[in-house]
Amino acid sequence: MKVPSTITTLLVGVSIALLSVWIGQHHGLMPVAASEESTQIDELFSAMLAIAAGLFFLVQGALLYSLIAFRKKPGDETDAEPIEGNVPLEILWTAVPTVLMMWLAVYSFDVYKSVDGGNAIGADHMAHVHHASHTVASADAPSPKLAAMSGMAIAAPLPTNAPAVGQPSGTELAQFSMPEMEQGTDKEDNPLVVNVNGLQYAWIFNYPDTGVVAGELHLPLGKPVYLNINAADVIHAFWVPEFRLKQDAVPGIETHMSFVPSKVGNYPLICAELCGAYHGGMRTRVIVQTPEDYQAWVKSNQVAAADTATRTANLIAQAQDAAMHSQIHALGLTADASSLEHLHHQAMSFAQTSELAQSL
Amino acid sequence: MAQAELPRQIPLDPLGEQEQGPNWREYFGFSTDHKVIGIQYLVTSFVFYLIGGVLAELVRTELATPEVDFVSRETYNALFTIHATIMIFLWIIPTLTGGFGNYLVPLMIGARDMAFPRLNAIAFWIIPPSGVLLLCSFFIGPASAGWTSYPPLSLMVNKGGEAIWIAGVILLGTSSIMAGLNFIVTILKMRIPSMPLMKMPLFCWAMMATSALQLVATPVLTGAMVLLGFDLLVGTAFFNPTGGGDPIVYQHMFWFYSHPAVYIMILPAFGMISEILPTHARKPIFGYQAIAYSSIAISFLGLIVWAHHMFTSGTPDWLRMFFMIATMIIAVPTGIKVFSWVATVWGGKLRLCSAMLFGMAFVSMFVIGGLSGVMVASVPFDIHVHDTYFIVAHLHYVLFGGSVFGIYAGLYHWFPKMTGRFLNEGWGKVHFVLTFVGFNMTFLPMHVLGLQGMNRRIAEYDPQYAGINMFCTIGSYILAVSTIPFLFNAIWSWSQGEKAGDNPWNSLTLEWMTTSPPPVENFEEDPVLVSGPYDYGHTYYQDLEDKAIAQS
Repeated sequence: MKVPSTITTLLVGVSIALLSVWIGQHHGLMPVAASEESTQIDELFSAMLAIAAGLFFLVQGALLYSLIAFRKKPGDETDAEPIEGNVPLEILWTAVPTVLMMWLAVYSFDVYKSVDGGNAIGADHMAHVHHASHTVASADAPSPKLAAMSGMAIAAPLPTNAPAVGQPSGTELAQFSMPEMEQGTDKEDNPLVVNVNGLQYAWIFNYPDTGVVAGELHLPLGKPVYLNINAADVIHAFWVPEFRLKQDAVPGIETHMSFVPSKVGNYPLICAELCGAYHGGMRTRVIVQTPEDYQAWVKSNQVAAADTATRTANLIAQAQDAAMHSQIHALGLTADASSLEHLHHQAMSFAQTSELAQSL
Repeated sequence: MAQAELPRQIPLDPLGEQEQGPNWREYFGFSTDHKVIGIQYLVTSFVFYLIGGVLAELVRTELATPEVDFVSRETYNALFTIHATIMIFLWIIPTLTGGFGNYLVPLMIGARDMAFPRLNAIAFWIIPPSGVLLLCSFFIGPASAGWTSYPPLSLMVNKGGEAIWIAGVILLGTSSIMAGLNFIVTILKMRIPSMPLMKMPLFCWAMMATSALQLVATPVLTGAMVLLGFDLLVGTAFFNPTGGGDPIVYQHMFWFYSHPAVYIMILPAFGMISEILPTHARKPIFGYQAIAYSSIAISFLGLIVWAHHMFTSGTPDWLRMFFMIATMIIAVPTGIKVFSWVATVWGGKLRLCSAMLFGMAFVSMFVIGGLSGVMVASVPFDIHVHDTYFIVAHLHYVLFGGSVFGIYAGLYHWFPKMTGRFLNEGWGKVHFVLTFVGFNMTFLPMHVLGLQGMNRRIAEYDPQYAGINMFCTIGSYILAVSTIPFLFNAIWSWSQGEKAGDNPWNSLTLEWMTTSPPPVENFEEDPVLVSGPYDYGHTYYQDLEDKAIAQS
């Protein structure tokens, strides 16, 4: 018995759709999701993968079917039926992808806004913003802190400030609605600011509020993080696959990133932009800890730092040494002057912060 | 124009010469015959393809294990930098525009040569010395900042090699601009009078779109290279942050060319597939106008999407959103082409020769590259996979699965026209199967590597990726082996292959209306269009065929 072709087409269509949706939900291709932002990005990826799978099966299926069903019969030298085109069909396969792309653009825009609203990942070329965030770093004044936070509260997808999503990104204080901040609960939600410095071939993390300097990034679980990212020599890129976030560290320009770590664990922190011979070795760890463990870690580092001033000096010397070594590895010494100056600057702030810690 | 009309006054060669094609010595000299130049391009760039392939195999051998154990880290960076430079500037662009463009465009439009034959020859003769120059940099430590050559890194490592690299890119870019100009004038001015634009073969449409990109975008790259060269050699600070320069400006200038370069590398292949599929499916191309216009649309849109390579560079929000949307829109004209090709094949009488197999595989592989391309256009997702093996997989599906499969399809299809002989079909199928399997083994698993967290351009990696990398390396060896049957097939068939006759595929475009290989000025008398380029299966065409059979 012959099955009508419309029914066959329908069945094939439905099974392709079901299979694609299943693939979108069961691909398991992404690593562990360890930031609040990553879940939305994963959902976006899964949706795109499901659509891509559908189109993949459609095109490959049609090609494979043609390969088998429409091959020339031996001895048949005639041409096939001349079909030059089909206007409704062509309109369909122009309109459907157009609508799909519009939808994907809007969806991606939404995800981008909520993950990244208001320049959270990006660069500020405006000098005063830099200063603002640096001020937060050293002095503990409340108002500049807010300035530094504009956009960040949006980035942290807390339920209370959900209305902020979709609002025009505000780098200015005026645009940031204070009441919402208050609503957003107490001081605990103030972000942890970390200054990140990439140099050949290491990352240095500077915690301005506690004065800790480290080669690994320790973060407390569930607390918004705001990174000021700099590079000392060449372009690097800060990437934590488990956070799904990446930002280039560009010499001469400060870039930023904000996110909320959502899972305790150790994750690789990778330099993703070619930065020289040892680029592949430029990796360290992000350690997401419970707030208690994190506080303990801060304490032990502060004590160590305050204990011996000489040790601090040693540390600085070591850091400089390491940087010098990597510079020599890179064979080119063009950026030396600037990177050394940078390191010197860093050492100064290091010393200042440890003094601060001592006086406390 | 004067040059174009001149040849008519020169008498054609006697008939005996035509059977042989041009004298072999001509291929080693400064010929102005577009067919000789076309074959010079094809052979030269294939040699560079083999060299670039060896570099790729060295890269994959290093990556077979997580440790750095085969070459040094410095050498590794040089290997992938020169691999990419060769494959882009010395293989795909010269083969598609220089090789196939030169050989086919004048024949397809019924012209006797290109508009500017001497310029054409100069454009070719720039290539071999530039390629040799680039390879010579291995003696002094070649450029190793990646083919993107981002400052400040490119200003710090292997300065001599970097200077040679910049010189090479400027020279190759100049050659490309010359070729682009030549094609536009040829296509617009030298068609036979009976061929309006809308009866032109789709390959010519694709070449017009490609040439426009070469003309508009390449000068910007040349400018960037000159400034980078100043920074490197004279100590200026256009891009060097230590002197107040902005490295991001370089990225904008670089990608303003290098994204359109992707379309320079794929549009001619699109055009060839639009010729090959209808011929071997014995069916008209589905939606001629839509395919022709989509080439132009892709060419235009290709110029305004460059910053999608810079989503993590610290670009402002509005820029990211603009380039995301523009990039996604390109999927529409590209989709039109893919669906039209599938519809062309559907319901045909497919002649599954090697050319057709590579042609259909082109569509199949390019779709994968296109779909992953739409994904990486989405900013939030791209921020995760940028600079990872997901991108390596994506770009190879476009440039190998797309361009290189297209080139092979074209070689099997037009080899009989160029030499008068077929390539051996049996070995052709062996070549196809090995290439298809090797290619997918090498590049499909890389998508997973990138998503999982393996960044690109590294000589050492996390041991958890060792298994997949070993698999990719084995695939790449199969891919390397796959070129051997092709190479011997081409060399042997050139002199010993089965004779093909003038129009072995019963094709309708003009290049098949002359002898194989064509005489020095292509046509013994000016050809006249008797049918559209893809009028397969039409009764008037059948009548003509019947008459021809009755005559013979």
